[in-house]
Amino acid sequence: MSRNSDLRDATYVGLRTDGTRILRPKSPHLQVYDMLQITSGMSIGSRITGCAWTVGLLLMVWWLAAAASGPAAFANVQWFMSSFLGMLVLFGLSAAAWFHTLAGLRHLAWDFGYGCDMPAVHRTGRIVLIATAVMTVLTWLVAIIAWA
Amino acid sequence: MSDNSIKFPMRTPLGRVRNLGSAKGGTHHWWMQRVTSIALLPLTLWFVFSAASLAGHSFEATQAWIARPFNAVLLLATIGLSFYHAAIGVQVVIEDYTRGELARQGGILAVKALCWILALMAGLAVLRIAV
Repeated sequence: MSRNSDLRDATYVGLRTDGTRILRPKSPHLQVYDMLQITSGMSIGSRITGCAWTVGLLLMVWWLAAAASGPAAFANVQWFMSSFLGMLVLFGLSAAAWFHTLAGLRHLAWDFGYGCDMPAVHRTGRIVLIATAVMTVLTWLVAIIAWA
Repeated sequence: MSDNSIKFPMRTPLGRVRNLGSAKGGTHHWWMQRVTSIALLPLTLWFVFSAASLAGHSFEATQAWIARPFNAVLLLATIGLSFYHAAIGVQVVIEDYTRGELARQGGILAVKALCWILALMAGLAVLRIAV
């Protein structure tokens, strides 16, 4: 183990049974939790989709800036958005956006004290997954109808 | 537990009056994450379906849609709240997973700067079309 670069790391130092030092994980790390479990899977999924959406905001800025600057710039955005890669990115973003929104709704319910028991946690987890699929399909139905 | 905190106060009288912990910020960060998330619920619903229904629209049609006062105002609100929510959300991720004060603070400040610039860019674009 290398030397500590952060004072706070001192509280995370543990000892193995053979006496060697080990750094305990600080926060939900991918290698510690079973990602197929709906509880930890939804938790890290919420974070990852939040980060993905943050990066996806770049597309919104590009779209608005292009619409403000002129037809040539706007044609570039439209070319990308209607390309295979663009569609793939947009589809992923719409699914991420719905997942993060619905998982956020679940978190807000927890903040108000609802649905904190284990059966409810499992049930609402599955509902969020199904609702994400439904809303994503609905979004693309609207897009396809608008396109046609 | 509450009995013990009265008998053996760990907080200064000034701290008790201000009702804030040693971090001075209390729950502001946590609270703002919730407030912005509630505000973003209807805005996101509106934005995602609006963006989907604009698929394939021409440059002129898109500009006309953005220029409508109702859409322009909601777009500005969506931009401001999204980048605020994103900045404090990514801050928590950085705080959780980075080691070292320089990386932590540098990362947080860089993300905040980026969010400010992008939000201003998007906001200016909407205003240029709408005003």
